Amino acid sequence: MEVKDITRTYIYSDKELDRVEGEAIEALKAHCQQPIPDPDAWLDKELRRNILLTTVDATLNWARRSSLWPVICFPACCAFELIATEASRFDISRFGMEILRASPRQGDLMITAGTLTWKMAPQVRRIYDQMAEPKWVIAMGACAISGGIFASSYSVVPGYNRIIPVDVYVPGCPPRPEALLYGIRMLQNKIAKRTFL
Amino acid sequence: MTLALSVKEIATKIEGQFPGSVVEPSQDSLVVDRESLFEITQFLKTSPEFDFDYLTGITAVDYYDYFEVVYHLASIKHNHSLIVKTRCYGRDNPTLPSMISLWRGADFQEREIYDLMGIHFEGHPNLTRIVLWQGFEEHPLRKDYW
Repeated sequence: MEVKDITRTYIYSDKELDRVEGEAIEALKAHCQQPIPDPDAWLDKELRRNILLTTVDATLNWARRSSLWPVICFPACCAFELIATEASRFDISRFGMEILRASPRQGDLMITAGTLTWKMAPQVRRIYDQMAEPKWVIAMGACAISGGIFASSYSVVPGYNRIIPVDVYVPGCPPRPEALLYGIRMLQNKIAKRTFL
Repeated sequence: MTLALSVKEIATKIEGQFPGSVVEPSQDSLVVDRESLFEITQFLKTSPEFDFDYLTGITAVDYYDYFEVVYHLASIKHNHSLIVKTRCYGRDNPTLPSMISLWRGADFQEREIYDLMGIHFEGHPNLTRIVLWQGFEEHPLRKDYW
């Protein structure tokens, strides 16, 4: 004989709660039997193996920071440390920048290796203006940062940031190639943080 | 290496040719009067005995009382050399004759001396600043420049 328990008609009984929960789980489980559709499903097998999906920022930043091409701006003696950085022992091409561009149209990065005089300053400014966006500047050495020992001279620009915006400052007189490489890595980290949208 | 000529012998010859022109025949250089500087250098260049056909360099020194301009002359034919100096008094407008008609190489050197020391070279066709830019007002290699 079935006994109707009138005291258990309300919905918040343990059994009812368990049943409702079970129904919800079953419904969700039944709803989720279909896998999330693969966005690459329309690709054929060969293409599917060769396409990676990522964000626009990560891709563009990766491409830009991994192939920085320095433009030639070597007015003084820091150039020799830069040349040593370029050459095989320190090997700047590990960071994708082995090609020094003589044309500012093809360069991304200006490494200002040396003392700048006021007479030379318009030419450097013009080279910077001719570089295509996006472009970056590394101030290499004491003279590039502040004029160095020539800061009080009548003919020396006290720091490249008087005429062009500078992204990374590498101290030293001259900086060791390791220091320049560290500055380049810092610039690459800076580029990696850029956003476009 | 060129053979440095004996200054005293040359001084007596120049003194005979141009009386009163030699100020001081020192050990290694011939200091001449600035009025007869051009005639003396012309003589040193054109006379077959000396034949100073090459101007190695011109430079200038500030001694506060006067500017001393130094001419390094050399002869390729005879392989000898001589240092001629002249003194230029007054700081406002020191003037010397230009050597550009004798040696073309004097062009840039005289412009540089004008630029940094403020010595004017009469007869120079283009006496403008060469190291500093047009519009720079003073002459920074002078001792009283600050």
